[in-house]
Amino acid sequence: MSALNPPAAAVQLARVSKAFNDKPALTDLTVVAPEGKITVLLGPNGAGKTTAIRCITGAMTPDQGVVRTLGLDPAVDGEAVRSDCGVVSAKPALYDRLTGWDNLIYAAQLHGVDSSVMHDRIRASAGRFGIEHALDEQVGGYSTGMKTRLALSRSVLHEPCLLLFDEPTSGLDPESAQAVLQLIREMTTDGHTVVMCTHHLVEAEGLADHVIVLDTGTDLVSGQPSDLTRTYWPEDSVRIAVEGDQAKLADLEILPGVRRVELGATDARVVLNDPAVTPDVVVALTAAGQRVTKVVPHEPSLEELYFAVRRSARDLGEGTVGSTITPEEAYR
Amino acid sequence: MSSFNWRRTFTVARTDVKQLVLAKDFWMPMGILGSIFFVFVPLFLLLSITSLGDVPAVQNVANTLEVLPQAAQDQIQGDTPQGRTSYALAVFLFAPMAVVVPLTISTAVGAATLVGERERGTGEFLAHSPAGTREIYLGKLLASLVPGYFTTMVGFTCYSLIVNIIVGPEVGGWFFPTQQWWLLMLWVLPGFLLIGLSLVLRLSGKVKSTAAAQQASGLITLPLIAISYAQASGAIYGTATTTIVIGAIAWAIGLTSTWRGMAGVKRQRLLGVADGV
Repeated sequence: MSALNPPAAAVQLARVSKAFNDKPALTDLTVVAPEGKITVLLGPNGAGKTTAIRCITGAMTPDQGVVRTLGLDPAVDGEAVRSDCGVVSAKPALYDRLTGWDNLIYAAQLHGVDSSVMHDRIRASAGRFGIEHALDEQVGGYSTGMKTRLALSRSVLHEPCLLLFDEPTSGLDPESAQAVLQLIREMTTDGHTVVMCTHHLVEAEGLADHVIVLDTGTDLVSGQPSDLTRTYWPEDSVRIAVEGDQAKLADLEILPGVRRVELGATDARVVLNDPAVTPDVVVALTAAGQRVTKVVPHEPSLEELYFAVRRSARDLGEGTVGSTITPEEAYR
Repeated sequence: MSSFNWRRTFTVARTDVKQLVLAKDFWMPMGILGSIFFVFVPLFLLLSITSLGDVPAVQNVANTLEVLPQAAQDQIQGDTPQGRTSYALAVFLFAPMAVVVPLTISTAVGAATLVGERERGTGEFLAHSPAGTREIYLGKLLASLVPGYFTTMVGFTCYSLIVNIIVGPEVGGWFFPTQQWWLLMLWVLPGFLLIGLSLVLRLSGKVKSTAAAQQASGLITLPLIAISYAQASGAIYGTATTTIVIGAIAWAIGLTSTWRGMAGVKRQRLLGVADGV
């Protein structure tokens, strides 16, 4: 996305708070989900991800703060908002006694899908998620993966602009989870905006265009993964391992272009002024008689980012630890 | 506020009814209950009386008919004690049953409906759907009303046949349903069902579990059954005008209660969490 054309926000939550019986679920939560992108809400159980989704559709009204979904206030224009949202809950929320077909018909009718196209839409969406063969069966007999696929089919029946997925791979085997994530990725190519909640960091890796880390109902940081990792790891570094004791790598600090060495149990993170110094470091090690077993540019994973953010939050002892990046800033 | 969408209301109602039809564990007891009240008990009593003949026991029952209001006594047909007794039983004794059966069935369904959505997790789907809470509430109310009323109408048809076949020959031909019974079934009964269901659904939207809803609905339905039992008796014993007035009062209370219930349901009560729940 070019800096001249930043994406608009499909979802905006500004300083939203919500409590249940005086127990806070959301506290000053700010979420901005750019249009046409996959925004991942990352956080542990109880971080407020599901409550945030509920506030986005207007299923729940916050005690404080402002919610704008597709430019509308769900508390006022709830019907219009929910008509344009497709939701997959953590539990698939399907009617077990009904067949897959009946579940989809029910959703289509509630969303006001025209009867002349309803059956075609159902077949198309079921086919897209590979569940068309089981539509005549009672949902109670479906496997967890089939239920998730049916719930995904149901979420896109009415061709919504905004898709909200709450732990969509919960309970799935790795293969099914991967297939579901691939389908979610494909949806954005159709122009959908996706907001997905997960506490599985591996899932978010490679899928998220925009990440928001939540904890105890508050956003800790948000932005593009690459921008966020750059914020937390502004220096270039490589991970190097040698045969034997890694302590020998500490000597690298004297080399020109090496800022410092952080020793680990199996390797060391060598922070450099410039990645171009890496060959010089390897040559120096070889010259010193060391057998180099690993040289890998250090590209922090989302997992590392997540734990770094949470560590910072704990260290600071407060909610917001980093700058929340707006969509305009994120795509600059 | 968005306008009320009847199509969505009927969609909710239709889907709920479909689920009930698919639940054998629901409609089997419902059918048995209806059969007991509308077929087996009347069949046993009416056959006993008409086949006993002019025995002292039947004569004694016939004598007690004199305690009925004059308007009711004037309606009783038949020349023999067993004819007059069986007519009185058929027309007056079983009328309240016609109210008890649908109230029992419908409140059992209604008590589980909203809280059941929450327990099964399907409330999440409804809460995120464009359906308004008033549409959902009314759809659920209709879906709860249909099984009880349907059972009653089927039972009523069977009961009418039984009465006409067994008692008809004693009083000079088929006579049932009487005008009072038509009014009871088509005017008074739906009013009482509406009162019961509107209260039970409000309860279902507030309690934590289906079990709690069933327990609490008993507190509502038992007094309501007692009241409707008395009113059904009055409707049958009294004149057509009395029946129409009783029905009108029931409808007025039922509609007011439904309106308040529709306004009182909160969307987040369909979810797994809600204030105070």
